[in-house]
Amino acid sequence: MTQPATMQEPLAQAAQSKALVIKNLSKEYVSGKPVLSGISLEIEAKGITAIIGPSGTGKSTLIRCINRLVDPTSGDILFNNQNLSTLSGRQLRNARRHIGMVFQEYNLLERLTVMENVLSGRLGYVSVLRAWLRKFSAEDVDKAFELLEQVGMADFANQRADALSGGQRQRVSIARALMQSPDILLADEPTSSLDPKTSVEILELMTEQAKLNQIPVIINIHDVSLAKRFADRIIGMSAGSVVFDGKPDDLQNDHLKSIYGGEDWLS
Amino acid sequence: MTTNMSSASPKKYVRKRNWLATFSYLVFAAYLVYVLSLFEVNIDRLIVGIDRGGEFIGRMMPPNFERYSLLIEGMLESMQIAIIATTAGVLLSLPIGFLAARNLMPTWVTWLARIVIVGCRSFHPVIVAILFVKAVGFGALAGTLALIVASIGFIAKLFAEAIEEISLKQIEAVRATGAPFFSIIAFGVLPQVMGRFIGFISYQLDSNLRNSTMVGLVGAGGIGGTLFAAFQRFDYDFVSAILIAIIAVIMVAEGINNIMRKLYR
Repeated sequence: MTQPATMQEPLAQAAQSKALVIKNLSKEYVSGKPVLSGISLEIEAKGITAIIGPSGTGKSTLIRCINRLVDPTSGDILFNNQNLSTLSGRQLRNARRHIGMVFQEYNLLERLTVMENVLSGRLGYVSVLRAWLRKFSAEDVDKAFELLEQVGMADFANQRADALSGGQRQRVSIARALMQSPDILLADEPTSSLDPKTSVEILELMTEQAKLNQIPVIINIHDVSLAKRFADRIIGMSAGSVVFDGKPDDLQNDHLKSIYGGEDWLS
Repeated sequence: MTTNMSSASPKKYVRKRNWLATFSYLVFAAYLVYVLSLFEVNIDRLIVGIDRGGEFIGRMMPPNFERYSLLIEGMLESMQIAIIATTAGVLLSLPIGFLAARNLMPTWVTWLARIVIVGCRSFHPVIVAILFVKAVGFGALAGTLALIVASIGFIAKLFAEAIEEISLKQIEAVRATGAPFFSIIAFGVLPQVMGRFIGFISYQLDSNLRNSTMVGLVGAGGIGGTLFAAFQRFDYDFVSAILIAIIAVIMVAEGINNIMRKLYR
């Protein structure tokens, strides 16, 4: 197997709790048709990692395997001194609490208020009874207000989520993910439903929060120029495999050809 | 005109006749004629009928509210049957509806729940009421049990369908926070279906109110028994008083329903 340059670094990173190590990860939704074929990656405990690649190449599947919204067929995902790929039940839920996720279509609880949406980030920590009674602790409520302030949505706390615009929704969804006090932030096409200006604002917000909380971020993203602008590291995927792994400045047209195929679209 | 049209557009749109549908309409029309011939509908019968109807309505007028205590007693019992049956029916329907939702539960569980639902819906409430009268004796208990069964058959099915139509994206987001199953229900599922649930429940309350006036016909309690007795004794003025009372209660319930729906928009 050919390994990209960054893989040569020692496995010492794996010992750090916030680093993520993916070993030989495969996923087949239909037997014999792998969507991911033997992905191995090490993600440092800090910085923004962008995953680029054509639609249907397994980016979303890869990111969903990490928090096990999708169950991998084989392989290991080491994080927080645990192998996420083998967890189940309560252990899996406890591991998910430390992994924040931001979705392409925001996935907000449409009929609930912005505040309730942010507080839902604590659902892995509060008991079922308290969840049904909507009784969150004073610290949780304080933290939720603080996060809404940070993402610029403090004035909307009592509005219903379905009254918000796309950019506002994504801000709330980032606050919800941060509410988990995550050790890593996953983002699946967080800007694909947004206009160019809002996209930049959302990525700036995520970068800023990643620095503030000192957590790594993995972003699936279509837009190559945005990836180059915000990421510290770019991973290019094609047909379920990693075909580029390096710094944004090293990403050349030749690489883009091998990631997306063809060259007519490159200007 | 038509020649102009066809010369302007050489390609013509021709509607293709569905011969199976045409044949079905013809068969249905023939059957309708046959059934009507069996009924021996003729002018003489209709004239006699209208005559008798007029006489009947004449004897119903004016409505006689003298025995109001009997009327109020029966009406209150009907309302109690309806309210208890709706409450108990909803409480039982909630878990059954969740178990029957194919997007949340394993297939074998949904099948068991669906068998329960189909069993509850199979018979008209009056037939179920007859069974319960045999089982627990005459009175309001039999009527209440019958309407609980009817409520489960109706709302558990609607609950399950509403749950099957929710957006899974919201559930995915709540799952990703590490929330346990019942917290996912509280935040990811219920808010999406609550408005529709309230609609189903108010509809069922309305339906149970009407049915509770009817189960009395077979001795299962409520105003229906009083109504039946009045018919038997040819007290048509009391019958009309009872009918007016039933209409009034249903209209009040309709008003309450509208307020409920507005609250949970």
